[in-house]
Amino acid sequence: MTAPSAGAREPTFTPSGAWIGASVPRREDPRLLTGRAKFVDDIHLPGMLHAQFVRATVASGVVADLDLSAVTAVPGVVAAYSGSDLDLTDIVAVLERPREEFIPTSMPVLARDVVRYVGEPLAIVIAENPYAAEDGIEAARVTYLPNTAVVSDWQALAPDAPLVHGYAGTNTLLDVSMFATEDIDEVFARADHVVRVRAKTGRQNALPLETRGVVAHWDDREEQLVLHTCTQVPHQVRTVASQCLRCDERAVRVIVPDMGGGFGQKCVVGREEIATAAASLQLRRPVKWIEDRKDALTASFLAREQRYDARAAFSDDGRILGLDVDIVCDMGAYSCYPFTVGIEPLMASAEMPGVYRVPAYRVRGRAVVTNKAPTAPYRGVSRPQYVMVMERLFERAARDIGLDPVEIRRRNLITVFPYTGVNDITYDPGSYLESLNLCQQVLTGEGWYDRRDHYAAQGRVLGIGYSCFSERTGYGSDAFAKRKMKVVPGYDIAEATMDTNGSVIVTTGTLSHGQSHETTMAQIVADQLGIDVDKVKISQGDTARITYGWGSFASRSIAIGGSSIDLAATKLGDKLLLIGAHLLETSPDDVELHNAGVRRIDDHNRWLPFSEIAEVAYLKAHLLPKEAEPGLRATASFDATGDGTFSNATHGAVVELHPGSGQVQILRYVCVEDCGVAINPQVVEGQARGGIAQGIAGVLFEEVTYDTNGEPSCASFMDYKVPTAMEMPDISVHHLETPSAFTRSGAKGVGEGGTIGAPAAILNAVNDALRDTGIELDDTPIAPETVQRALHHRMCAEVNL
Amino acid sequence: MNERYLITLTVNGDEHEVLVEGRYTLVDVLRHNLGLTGTHVGCEHGICGACTVLVDGAPVRACLIFAAQAEGYDIRTVESLAPQGQLNDLQRCFTAHHALQCGFCTPGFLMLAEGFLAGNPNPSREDVREVVSANLCRCTGYQTIVDAIAACAAGRREAAPATDTGSPPES
Amino acid sequence: MKPAPFTYHRARTVAQVPELLADHGEDAKIIAGGQSLVPMMNFRLATPQHLVDIGRLRELSFLHTDDQGLHIGALVTHHLVETAPADVTGPGFDILRQAMGWVGHLPIRTRGTIGGSLAHGDSTAEWCLLAILFDAVIVAQGHQGRRRCIPAEELFLGFFATTLKPEEIVIEVVFPRHAHHAAITEFAQRRGDFATVAAAVTLDVGQGAVHGGRLVLGGVAGTPQRIPEVEALLAQGRAGDMNLFADCAEAAATAIDPPDDPNGSSDYRRRLTRHLVATACQEAMNR
Repeated sequence: MTAPSAGAREPTFTPSGAWIGASVPRREDPRLLTGRAKFVDDIHLPGMLHAQFVRATVASGVVADLDLSAVTAVPGVVAAYSGSDLDLTDIVAVLERPREEFIPTSMPVLARDVVRYVGEPLAIVIAENPYAAEDGIEAARVTYLPNTAVVSDWQALAPDAPLVHGYAGTNTLLDVSMFATEDIDEVFARADHVVRVRAKTGRQNALPLETRGVVAHWDDREEQLVLHTCTQVPHQVRTVASQCLRCDERAVRVIVPDMGGGFGQKCVVGREEIATAAASLQLRRPVKWIEDRKDALTASFLAREQRYDARAAFSDDGRILGLDVDIVCDMGAYSCYPFTVGIEPLMASAEMPGVYRVPAYRVRGRAVVTNKAPTAPYRGVSRPQYVMVMERLFERAARDIGLDPVEIRRRNLITVFPYTGVNDITYDPGSYLESLNLCQQVLTGEGWYDRRDHYAAQGRVLGIGYSCFSERTGYGSDAFAKRKMKVVPGYDIAEATMDTNGSVIVTTGTLSHGQSHETTMAQIVADQLGIDVDKVKISQGDTARITYGWGSFASRSIAIGGSSIDLAATKLGDKLLLIGAHLLETSPDDVELHNAGVRRIDDHNRWLPFSEIAEVAYLKAHLLPKEAEPGLRATASFDATGDGTFSNATHGAVVELHPGSGQVQILRYVCVEDCGVAINPQVVEGQARGGIAQGIAGVLFEEVTYDTNGEPSCASFMDYKVPTAMEMPDISVHHLETPSAFTRSGAKGVGEGGTIGAPAAILNAVNDALRDTGIELDDTPIAPETVQRALHHRMCAEVNL
Repeated sequence: MNERYLITLTVNGDEHEVLVEGRYTLVDVLRHNLGLTGTHVGCEHGICGACTVLVDGAPVRACLIFAAQAEGYDIRTVESLAPQGQLNDLQRCFTAHHALQCGFCTPGFLMLAEGFLAGNPNPSREDVREVVSANLCRCTGYQTIVDAIAACAAGRREAAPATDTGSPPES
Repeated sequence: MKPAPFTYHRARTVAQVPELLADHGEDAKIIAGGQSLVPMMNFRLATPQHLVDIGRLRELSFLHTDDQGLHIGALVTHHLVETAPADVTGPGFDILRQAMGWVGHLPIRTRGTIGGSLAHGDSTAEWCLLAILFDAVIVAQGHQGRRRCIPAEELFLGFFATTLKPEEIVIEVVFPRHAHHAAITEFAQRRGDFATVAAAVTLDVGQGAVHGGRLVLGGVAGTPQRIPEVEALLAQGRAGDMNLFADCAEAAATAIDPPDDPNGSSDYRRRLTRHLVATACQEAMNR
């Protein structure tokens, strides 16, 4: 066998001939574009039944009577089960913290004697078709003894507040002060300037367009309950399902089909999946539950309702001296598994100083429970909120001191890396200052500053705003352990297998649900082994095939999952070298991977394709070297050590405010991001744009509200205003590259950054536009009415002059 | 038992006899009775557009039309766009412009765009943006969807004879 | 989100419809395009036990003009009007085409009908505003082929309530007059949503002055509202300029008592009205 000439190599997409760095067309696309993808609701099993849930209609109350007798009489209804019928163990999420810091509570799979929010599942109705299931729900009779609902954080904190979980003795389930610099009160007392921002952020729905759902069935041959479900965390669903159902974990298999987004809402374990599984076991028939949009809007996992009271001390020359923050997060009725009610306050507390050199820091983070739908992590988790507050503090200080708002940031950004902050985090190198400078340069170069001032003379109201932030991506076990979760996510395990003809399948414990890992992870493996990207298949989302995994959340997949598959591919390569060397009659040190094969370093013409090595490994094992076992499989794990790696970005926005309607129109949006090595630049841009769109949605459009009885006011897309293409600007994305030293490829995570930066940039731009009104807005979302009132206020002021 | 009706639906050129209740929506019948699961259910109240199909060439919400109402009309779903598995020009533009991420909304956008472009072969970018605003996407921020549809329109204009730009493309 | 069971009736003739409706009383409803009804049925906010599908009554899908004015059949879709050539609608009806751009989105406009929209009676619906703006007449048919003409101003009773009798079917809508200077404008925070406030205006313009006109507002009360105070101002023969239109805007904002809801407070709607009236007047003048 002789080596083919270099020219015969498959075409690649980068000048270096590497797959990493190329915008390789997505492997996922053909099936998604032709309607051949398989989402949960596309699964149809013989004899399958359909489930829906009887849900609470009061926000807080004792269930005096739950009568399902009429339900089973409804045509098409097969069964109806209450919590006591199914007798399932509660779901409990725990932090290993003392009781004065954290109080564990349990979430029953189906509410039993007490309901805690409108929409809480009380009973499951199983029918021959989804229509009959809804008919059945209407026949359920529930009698409540209603209690006063707790519908706001301040109500929850009141001394005589009704208790959401009576046995907890308080509505504050988490109260932690992670940092308190000793002399911080003196810092504030001595400071030239102290600014304060009090801000409230709206409750949001992560809103994957595919709602939650499951198809459960019992596989007699495997003696396994099989759950096809759209989750970001299949192994955690398996663990909880086996606990709730009191069966061996081996007896539960979770398979994730194509998945229509998650954004965090699907990275916790839901109750309906477990109840559906239990019903399937009772009936020994496949049962499907697909959450409808009304339930997805009112009874799913929500996020982001937080209140900040923040002060910052500054010197006369604009340097921040101290940060003192009180954070209260309204977590709704229950602790989600595995993250608990601590997810939002702990994230904000740990990370708030962000990209700035803050010498003194005190923070108190609290999670309160209310009679509202529970919360889950949502893309960015607290960072969109605390970045807004931090950026507002800097803007306010700039005004107070008389500094340019960009200049004050420049004076405070971290510029020397690694930098260990007051929050005990070591930041790896990034381009904090460079991204800010480039972002401002782009907007200045395009003439937006001139236009803002020029248009003002014509009565048009424009504003320019920025946000600077970094985002820890790839939280490893060490970083998560600091949060003191009882289960500590972090590592990932990959397994690479080459088959007899040289193509490779690699498993990952992460779970792509729109992020393109089938493509980007294949690029990593292809480069590592020197094979065509089409020869690599990424396999995910099946607990029977993947040893263990933590799924996809917290922008961990490429940083951690990508590194573990890289390591597994490397180990597979080592085995190929070992066998190849033997077959090429030399030692492993004297061969290298080349062109989908192994060649001798001293004689490039002596080359063996992987297919021939694989043939030996599987089909002619008698030719293997003594030290090689048959087969070509390598397993590797990766964990981010220490504080992990930080992506960063600066966003710049130009808005125009329309005085007649108060509408905020985004005229220009520039994102300068640095996620280290971009495995696939087109995918990186897509993540940035999509993230920014969700950030804009949060700051201008979307909010889940409740009336004083705890009745949710957003049960449809008429009320929950997901923005359309007409509300979204075109976004220009610029890429800086500071490779990570902590990940195998140099890539950092990119999933959440867009969402983190957008709200602050827009809020600052709106406030810049309002600069002559004397009004500053800190609460979000910003309603047109609020903007209009602010502008109206200015007009009145002008008239009075 | 609720009343059932035997109706004939013409979908992607094929006739299907199907037994339905009057209340079964077209999208449910396409997906569950006919097994055409490419059309998705996103909101069941006509806002998200994931269920968009063509009825006599016009884009409609398949969650807002009962299957019984659709009898006798020519219904086309996403499965008709690449019958032999070869992506059509619109689908190729979607992949080239990274106009999809999770892909759940994508069939709805494809059918919306097919219906729109058939009647408006020369749209401006703003026209495209406006029609894209008919459906919801949670992943992309819409920009690349607008890019893809605009690129497809431009491609079809180039491919069509100069005298014939007003007619809908062959399918 | 699945509708409750119902019996499906497919009407083969117009005459059959009132009889079917009468047979089943309050439990029966007409379905035309279904773009308002089906969402309500999917939420089970509407649970008719009988649905009469009039979608096949092709004889109700027409658009023509005669001495009475412009006739639009009840089953004409928003999209058909939007794309109708000017020579079919006749002169002075450009505003109908333009107004259709405000109705939902393309896939809604391809199914939704003028008859359905008027019978649904949403106070922000474009057809409801236009009908009052142009003194349209709604022709409805009841028992035994009896037809009656309902002036648009007598059609709307309150939120989603009309004077149509349960057994009546809308046959057509006649627009007896037109206006060259007419405009409609709206504000909704998100494209395609029902307007928070909508304003439709006609102006009688001669030699640069305004000698009359009409303003209809949606979203400020349970039904579309004519504002007589504005009509009085428009009848004064003043120059059609910013001053007049600002006065109209102020008069309209003062005249109304709009509701509070999550889309806007009463005050906000009043300020929005001020802005939209001025804009609509200016647009109408410029046509």
